[in-house]
Amino acid sequence: MTRLRVLMKNLFRRGAFEDQIADEVQFHIDSRAADLIRSGMRPDEAGRRARLEFGGSEGWKERMREAGGLGWIDAVRIDLRYALRTLRKSPVFACVAILSLALGIGANTAVFHLVNVVRLRALPVRDPAQLASVRVKDSHAGMGVNSFPADMTYPLFEQVRDHQQALDGLFAWGHGAATIGEGASLRPVRLIWMSGETFGTLGIAAERGRLLTPDDDRRGCGRATAVLSHSLWQSQFGGRDDVIGTTLTIFMLRAEVVGVAPASFFGLEVGRGFDIALPLCASGPSLDARNVWWLSVLGRLKPGWTIDRATAHLDAISSGMFEATVPTGYPQSSVNKYKAFRLEALPAANGISALRRAYDTSLWLLLAMTGAVLLVACANLANLTLARANVRAREFAVRLALGASRGRLARQLLCESLLLSAIGTLAGLGLARTLAAVIVDFVRTSSDPIPLDLNMDGRVFAFAAALGIVTCVLFGFTAARRSAFTNPGVALKADTRSGAGRERFSFQRVLVTLQIAASLVLIVGAMLLVQTFRNLVTLDPGFHTEGVLTAFVNFARLGLPPERRQPFVQEFLERLEALPEVESAATTTNIPLFGSSWTMSVRVAGAPAERRGSSKITFISPGYFRTMRITLLRGREFSTKDDKASTGVAIVNQTFVQQLLNGLDPIGQVFQTGQEPGYPAASYEIVGVVADTKYSRLREDIRPIAFVPAAQHPSPQVGAAIVIRAAGATAAVPRAVQRLAADVDSRLLVAGPSDYETQIRETLVQERLMAALSGFFGQLAMVIAAIGLYGLISYIVSTRQHELGLRVALGATRANVLGLVLRQSLTLVACGLLIGVPAAWLVSRWMTSLVFGVGPRDVRTIAAAMVTLAVVALGAALIPARRAASVDPIIALRVD
Amino acid sequence: MGQAELLPGTLDLLILKAVSLGPLHGYGVLLRIQQITQGALTIEQGALYPALYRLETQGLLDADWGVSDNNRRARFYRLTAGGRRRLRDHTETWNRTVSAMTAALNAKPEEV
Repeated sequence: MTRLRVLMKNLFRRGAFEDQIADEVQFHIDSRAADLIRSGMRPDEAGRRARLEFGGSEGWKERMREAGGLGWIDAVRIDLRYALRTLRKSPVFACVAILSLALGIGANTAVFHLVNVVRLRALPVRDPAQLASVRVKDSHAGMGVNSFPADMTYPLFEQVRDHQQALDGLFAWGHGAATIGEGASLRPVRLIWMSGETFGTLGIAAERGRLLTPDDDRRGCGRATAVLSHSLWQSQFGGRDDVIGTTLTIFMLRAEVVGVAPASFFGLEVGRGFDIALPLCASGPSLDARNVWWLSVLGRLKPGWTIDRATAHLDAISSGMFEATVPTGYPQSSVNKYKAFRLEALPAANGISALRRAYDTSLWLLLAMTGAVLLVACANLANLTLARANVRAREFAVRLALGASRGRLARQLLCESLLLSAIGTLAGLGLARTLAAVIVDFVRTSSDPIPLDLNMDGRVFAFAAALGIVTCVLFGFTAARRSAFTNPGVALKADTRSGAGRERFSFQRVLVTLQIAASLVLIVGAMLLVQTFRNLVTLDPGFHTEGVLTAFVNFARLGLPPERRQPFVQEFLERLEALPEVESAATTTNIPLFGSSWTMSVRVAGAPAERRGSSKITFISPGYFRTMRITLLRGREFSTKDDKASTGVAIVNQTFVQQLLNGLDPIGQVFQTGQEPGYPAASYEIVGVVADTKYSRLREDIRPIAFVPAAQHPSPQVGAAIVIRAAGATAAVPRAVQRLAADVDSRLLVAGPSDYETQIRETLVQERLMAALSGFFGQLAMVIAAIGLYGLISYIVSTRQHELGLRVALGATRANVLGLVLRQSLTLVACGLLIGVPAAWLVSRWMTSLVFGVGPRDVRTIAAAMVTLAVVALGAALIPARRAASVDPIIALRVD
Repeated sequence: MGQAELLPGTLDLLILKAVSLGPLHGYGVLLRIQQITQGALTIEQGALYPALYRLETQGLLDADWGVSDNNRRARFYRLTAGGRRRLRDHTETWNRTVSAMTAALNAKPEEV
């Protein structure tokens, strides 16, 4: 009790306690001196003697503080106050240190924050760790019609649900798009089609009303029910309660709103939100399609089951389930492949995310880069601290001589580092929040708003704190250890100017060398990514995207029978082309570079030997090549005469000719497409050859493509993608097209038109981000390393001033001295580069999947990075070198 | 008369004893100990203070500011009830130890 009271008193009245200690010690020494004087000693002699008898007052004072019960708390407080005072005395050092730490920690934390949001954070549901997904082992290889994530067909899900025993509450969901509202208030909505067990298994409670239950998801569901997302409820229905019970028209489906999901439930995929959840039973014909892979399946592992055991179980029952769901319309070879599929279970605590798959490598790479930047910054700080410690060697020696313990001195220095780290970390956290938001904004596009919860959680704070501590130890500890173990006698005798021996710089040299090596790695990485972006932007896809717009029309609500659909589209296209704003327009089943793909097996019957392979198949209307400005190399274009009644015709690209025609004259050759559900085997005669074009992605190699007239499509659809070439400015087109659509039929839905070039540029957003960020980090590292080299050389030069002055006095020329100093710098730079090249070589292995149009180990890039870095580093070294060369021997020799 | 090194742990006891004879400031404690030991023990002057602070923290001593003989502000230490108890207990222990040690060290072969 008393102990606590004294401790509290001492703790809270810190100043008084310090004064008390000082007063008591002073009183003792004074009293002793007075007694000595009384016994006949000379006053000055008495004072000296009294102090001597008392012993090292610093040490005793320290032990008094400890005995005062404050122990380390007290010591740390004193150290911190002292550290603050010391830093305030050297504001430039403090600012540089805090700024570099804030930048380094901020960048790291921002990237980690994103990694956490996209990759590490668990779904906001009950017990996410129990969740497991079920999918086809090694994927189903794109068989059938796919949308991502495309793990299962509905018939297959039914089989799994009815036969498996490993998981509880198995549920499936798929994404969809639709519209709500009419006319001017028409608004696109994102749908989740989900089985009735979904909300129950996830353990989510409704915000209002109720969520979907198994009762909502009965085959044929007479009356569809819908659950709104919290954000749609707020934005579209003003958060009103009376929306529950109303009937909503979602495109062609009428559904009763039964509830609102909580705000925390963003859907099942990180980075992909939803507006309305509907039961699977209302999803229409895709429900029974055995070739439409559009569902993801999750469940909770039953108690006692592991992922491995679940996989073994699923594997064992796979054969029967695939047997029972064989899609019709495939040739035997595909059927056999289908029957050989096996299911597996995978942990799914973080959900399933396309965003994650797309950005995984990039995010980890960015984290590695920011980590390297932080290390380079830390090395600089360590060097700065060491340099300061050398300057302060005298101060430390005096304090050691006065009885301060070495541990105490080390603690003092660590305290300074700790203070800097703490301030740097706090500033970095603030910076990270902004930076993360900026990065996400950067990759958000009009078509993909990427809803992410960017609130920082404990994991991010812990990461930042860990960074702070690690940096503190990295740059503070080395310096503290070195300074605290100086020999006071040597340090006091030594002249601070020339006392720092050559070997004392060895550690600093190593640090600068490593900085240069790390910078080289970063710059090589940045250069590769910048080249990748440039290569992609300047890549010629084989068509002109400028002035083109894309749109999607859907006329399902007109209820046209299949035979009337193609004529309807044809007429709509003619009216489109008649608009003054439109130069030409065409439909296509695949707009290039949007990521979608349609592949079929083909067989070329002609002599000398039959060729089998696969080709992309795109159904187009006659104006397509004109609209996209794709050059026809041989033969003819399609005309309106190429229809269902006439023989099948095709126009192929050059790659098709090279890879599948075996040197035959293409015109007049006939190829057959393999049979697929809805697409019976068909023969097409090649009537023309067009120039090669990119297909689904810019990064892909060119594939064989066969274009077929839309009129010969075996099963006419109720929607079409349209490409439009504007006659003038593209901005005028959307309004004109929408007006036309309203004019044709109010039930006609047109999404877009939107600028094609912009959309393509948006597909490169990841590459642009990587180029921008890596470029920024690379330059940052280079600048920091250059500053480090500059600092070290300046410091070495300043300690060698005496020697250099002597050399000049003995007849060395300016050039001699300049060369001397530069040679020293050059050695450091060369060593750094020597270490950096193999490191860059190793690291670039990671980047294979990210680079395009340049090898990950491009020698020219590495050489360019080396030259850049060498020039910058030597430029930085030149400043102190010139200063050294202009040294006046008289002044240099007189100093001391 | 030669000086003996202080046995470990005895400084606290000496301080308690010195202060038990009347409130003292730090320097006074030193003088009092020298006086009551007739200068037979070496005391490191600085070591006195951590010991005083430790005893105060343990609640065995109480301290207050007062005015010294030479009219300066000084901190005076007083024994608390706890300190008095501790002094009594430790004096007994000490006496027992000393008589046991004396007997042991003076033992002669014929007594064994």
